[in-house]
Amino acid sequence: MADGIRDKVAILGMGCTKFGERWDCSGEDLMVESFLECLADAGIEKKEIQAAYFGVHIDEVNVGKAGTPLGAALKLPFIPITRTENFCATATEAFRAATYAVASGAYDIVLALGVEKLKDTGYGGLPGGAAFGTEMFLRGSNATAPGLFAQLATAYAAKYNIPMEKIKDAIAHVSAKSHFNGAMNPKAHLRKAVPEEAIKAAPMIAYPLGLFDCCGVSDGSAAAIVTTPEIAKSLKPNQDIIKVKALQISVSSGEEETYTNWDGAHFATTRVAATKAYEEAGIKNPREEVSMMEVHDCFSITEFVTMEDVHISPKGGAYEDVMNGFYDLKGGGVPCQVDGGLKCFGHPIGASGLRMIYAMYEQLLERVPEERAVKNARCGLTHNLGGTPAKNVAAISIIGRD
Amino acid sequence: MAGICSYGGYVPRYRLNRGLVYGAMGWMNPANIANARGEKAVANFDEDSITMAVAAGIDALKGVDKSTVGGVYYASTTMPYKERLNAGIITAALGLNDQIRAADFSGGIKAGTTALLAALEGVAAKGVDNVVVTASDCRLGKPASPQELIFGDAAAALVVGSENVIAEFKGAFSTTYDFVDHYRGETAKFDRAWEDRWIRDLGFAQLVPEAVQGLLEKTGLAMTDFAKVVYPCHYGAARKGLNKKLGITPEQDQSNLQVEIGETGTPHSLVMFVKALEEAKPGDKILLVSFGSGCDALAFEVTENIAKLAPRAAITGSLANRADLDNYTKYLIWRDILPGDAGLRSEEDLWTRWSQLWRKRREVLGLWGTKCQACGTVQYPKQRICVNPECGAADQMEEYCFADKVGKIASYTGDNLAASVNPPAIYGQVVFEEGGKYMFDFTDCDLDSLATGMPVVVSFRRKYSDKHRDIAGYFWKAVPKREEA
Repeated sequence: MADGIRDKVAILGMGCTKFGERWDCSGEDLMVESFLECLADAGIEKKEIQAAYFGVHIDEVNVGKAGTPLGAALKLPFIPITRTENFCATATEAFRAATYAVASGAYDIVLALGVEKLKDTGYGGLPGGAAFGTEMFLRGSNATAPGLFAQLATAYAAKYNIPMEKIKDAIAHVSAKSHFNGAMNPKAHLRKAVPEEAIKAAPMIAYPLGLFDCCGVSDGSAAAIVTTPEIAKSLKPNQDIIKVKALQISVSSGEEETYTNWDGAHFATTRVAATKAYEEAGIKNPREEVSMMEVHDCFSITEFVTMEDVHISPKGGAYEDVMNGFYDLKGGGVPCQVDGGLKCFGHPIGASGLRMIYAMYEQLLERVPEERAVKNARCGLTHNLGGTPAKNVAAISIIGRD
Repeated sequence: MAGICSYGGYVPRYRLNRGLVYGAMGWMNPANIANARGEKAVANFDEDSITMAVAAGIDALKGVDKSTVGGVYYASTTMPYKERLNAGIITAALGLNDQIRAADFSGGIKAGTTALLAALEGVAAKGVDNVVVTASDCRLGKPASPQELIFGDAAAALVVGSENVIAEFKGAFSTTYDFVDHYRGETAKFDRAWEDRWIRDLGFAQLVPEAVQGLLEKTGLAMTDFAKVVYPCHYGAARKGLNKKLGITPEQDQSNLQVEIGETGTPHSLVMFVKALEEAKPGDKILLVSFGSGCDALAFEVTENIAKLAPRAAITGSLANRADLDNYTKYLIWRDILPGDAGLRSEEDLWTRWSQLWRKRREVLGLWGTKCQACGTVQYPKQRICVNPECGAADQMEEYCFADKVGKIASYTGDNLAASVNPPAIYGQVVFEEGGKYMFDFTDCDLDSLATGMPVVVSFRRKYSDKHRDIAGYFWKAVPKREEA
């Protein structure tokens, strides 16, 4: 019986660019930027990296396919490099692959790096493209990401018989919280606090989601170098060792999209990935044991329902927890989006998973200023959700210090 | 005995008040005030001649066993394809068998009755049976032209067969003249017309009576035998003159629906004929005349079977389902007359891979999914492995059509980010009453009118227009279910 990834791999170093509208940078520039910070943090030389996994997602504005963009941009010396791609979990997949490569004993020191250069499309939001196959063009609806996720709100309202005004109040609080947190973070894309009234009054993007219910579409890159806990301890004897506690991915089987058992108001994949991740990490009561989270808040309603899907709020209980400030940075039970989230830190698809892990890593090493620090953080959870609510990839990672 | 077995009609939901058009464009041609009365039926942004013909065809096939249909004859001068059988697309959308005869009839706008005659004579000759004859047009007049005000969009469909005939075919008489009242060249978007006086005084006033006299002589019938006379002529005064000349009483004169719909081109006399059939009694005789590059005149006698028809929208029902198109420039954008900016996203290039469409033709054009023979679960799109997690049977599927099913809205949104000429793009999850679900674009509705749980039906619509490659792509959209009049 396999016993999972828990405590088998440590993070030796991480790096993350400032996310945002990086008009002066190419994707390759961003890769170099996150990599150099990561390499310096790891305290090793480039030639010590034995393998690499490279996450990038959007083909329409892309550095190119395969592993070559990473090798060429960073001038990595003829090592094995593999491109990973799994929607918004792309960077977590790079991290997972690097971690598994170390855990298998195949390599000692492995790089994971994710990047996306979204601001070269010329418009807001993501390109449509052929993400769901070229046949979908023949019969798929004229949908964009906000419209697909907005439907969670109408379905959730119907399921729990909650008026849309109350849901608007709760998701406005979700976004205001991320703006509050992001405003303190110099690497975040959107750095302005926004009051809930302004969020609710914003122009409609996709009913009932307004402008502030949607995350930033950003350029950015993030990276991690992983190794065994023994090597990490030998290289960094005076630092807490941040270990991987769980890495789980759950991919839709087609049930939500095609079978009538799905209510449209939750993420079936997230529930499965979270259950398995807690089991892998040995977490019995996530509401008590998880110190902080970065979850996939592509839209405020996504974060809202995810609070239930990661088994921290009870089913139907997200409204109470959100409105009571349970997920707020200060005074909250489980602070969520402590670096601003996708909402304000930004969402370059291929980099986001590693950016989230970076946020947890910085908190666990107590490297963040007092104003946005989570006190006594022992364990951080990150969550990606890629695809559509009806057909997606959910990833959960948990890292912690012992 | 060959005749009409069933009828159907379709008038698009949106109506443009002619006064609104005149208010915008009357400054350029003040004489258009003469045509500014009433409203014109306007195809929605996702409708065209094919989708309207399909809607009328679905209406006509109510109560008809589709497996008995032997042909689809389609008449239009505004077919989306010059080469690619338009009737072939309609056949697939109607969910009919592949092994039938289908043909396009075009050119002069009498093509609707010519298609009908071809079907009637084919049935009489026992060469084909149960032919769906469908006609539609979506003609454009140049802004500020009289035609812009006069024209309207609609479709009609008739099932022609030999069993359970509701109106027996009694004979026909045809003329063909290269009489050019309107014309459209190979690449033209708009119709061009010659002088009204000439069209009226030489065209209608001479060609219609010639066809009528020819039919009466051939069949031995008199004008007084007919309960209704159907003929197109949008000139009010000329119509009065023709009625007088032909001895058509006000009771016999079938309204040309100019105030409600407009002059619809190829389908026009069939649209009027369907309206007449809706109101006909057993024993009524109906005279049907078309006009355009000559005339066809046809005589019918209504039978007792007319009372047995299943309920349908036809022309009366679809006329009752109306909504104002309260914005003239929206009409110009929908018809691609005014270049509008739907944003960079609208310029993303995806192209039709014809081989993909061939493989998926049944599920895309006919909305066929699958039903698991092991557990009974219905599912769309077609699956090879059953999606029911308790089942998972492989390759035990039979085809299952969703096109005639009723669903409920499970979730929805109105998306202002999506590229659309009719924002917000409305779409959502539809769960069918008999199982299965899919996310559809919604059409013919407003965001404010929607709610979860609301019943919907599906409608065949134009999904995309690839202007680079001149491709019209079709799929199904959800429409709130409305009570049929």
